[in-house]
Amino acid sequence: MGELVNIFIKSAFIENLALAYFLGMCSYLAVSKTVKTAFGLGLAVIFVLGITMPINWVINTWLLGENGVFQTDLTFLRFILFIAVIASMVQLVEMVVEKYSPSLYNSLGIFLPLITVNCAILGGSLFMVSKEYNFSEAVAFGLGGGFGWFLAIIAIAAIREKIKYSAVPPAMRGLGMAFLLTGMMGMAFMGLMGIDPASFK
Amino acid sequence: MADVAVVEKKEAIKFGKKERKLLTDPLDDNNPITVQVLGICSALAVTTGLKNATVMAVAVVFVCVFSNTITSALRKSIPKQVRMIVQLVIIATLVTVVELTLKAYAFESYKQLSVFIGLIITNCIVMGRLEAFAMANRPYESALDGLGNGIGYGIILLIVAFFREFFGKGEIFGAKIIGATPDYMINTAESAWLGWYQYNNLMVLFPSAMFVIAVLIWAHRAWNPKLVDVS
Repeated sequence: MGELVNIFIKSAFIENLALAYFLGMCSYLAVSKTVKTAFGLGLAVIFVLGITMPINWVINTWLLGENGVFQTDLTFLRFILFIAVIASMVQLVEMVVEKYSPSLYNSLGIFLPLITVNCAILGGSLFMVSKEYNFSEAVAFGLGGGFGWFLAIIAIAAIREKIKYSAVPPAMRGLGMAFLLTGMMGMAFMGLMGIDPASFK
Repeated sequence: MADVAVVEKKEAIKFGKKERKLLTDPLDDNNPITVQVLGICSALAVTTGLKNATVMAVAVVFVCVFSNTITSALRKSIPKQVRMIVQLVIIATLVTVVELTLKAYAFESYKQLSVFIGLIITNCIVMGRLEAFAMANRPYESALDGLGNGIGYGIILLIVAFFREFFGKGEIFGAKIIGATPDYMINTAESAWLGWYQYNNLMVLFPSAMFVIAVLIWAHRAWNPKLVDVS
């Protein structure tokens, strides 16, 4: 159990998908204008990552692996199957959100389908493969990664809300400032790199 | 029926003002990275060196052109509801081709780019152009649009990579330009005039890519004021 908590903390803070690997930047920059929409997208990302990671683990191990159902190495199909799982999961989330929270659905608008092409989701699954996690570790990694991304997008949305009141050079307004802020947040998060949660026992 | 085909073919091969605009627009007014904010992730991750950036740029141009062409050719037979999945399967197939090609012929680059080859699938440029352009236009124009966007993306990638490699490692395409190498620790004639430069290690790390792109955006918008964000 302790190991799973370690993986969760590690993927949320030390190897933050958004601020240490800079994954999922497109929606991160596009949807972070207000905290409210950022909150909704962050929750959706946690949910999608938490679901797709175990499903992709099962597909990768039991379907594509050499000891899987087909007894052959089918890993060249990995991209296609992973992205198909992600696309269908996003469709599912979209339907659920539309049913239970129409206001959130309207405010997220086009960005919900865009989670499909959020690199954090596919990147998370590919990292999970390259790190050779087992099933429960993959779940912890998915939830932790999603939580870290959620924190990052809320933080930048809050900063961007405040920075509206500052006198920024016109050419730097909006996008340019968002890039600079993300760079600085990335530097701050670099301070956490190299910490090993397992050593705190 | 034959006449129609001939007319279409005549139209298809011309390269006029409109076609040129398709190619050049993404280089400036509608640049994928600095204006459309698409495909940032890979731009940040692979730009530590010019060599990787070149491989990535070529891969993205390839995927962009062919996915645009294929989707555009199939656009009338793709049902609206499942178009995302169809598009993603087309892209994923092309990316698998790129991945296996790199694995066979450029294993060194393949190892360094690792997951970021796979992430071309979720590179929003490819997907974004399919949605915005290829689903509504003929294959020839779509191919040009893909080429233009791929090149617009590649140019930014190379500029960012140049700054990061030059100031971070003092190299261009792996060739030493400024700064001392460990071999130069012995006082050679060259180290006296090359060794004054201290490597800026931050340039090799992720956040510096953000800063370089921020400055690029600043310069681009100062030079082209109609892009300034008014909100």
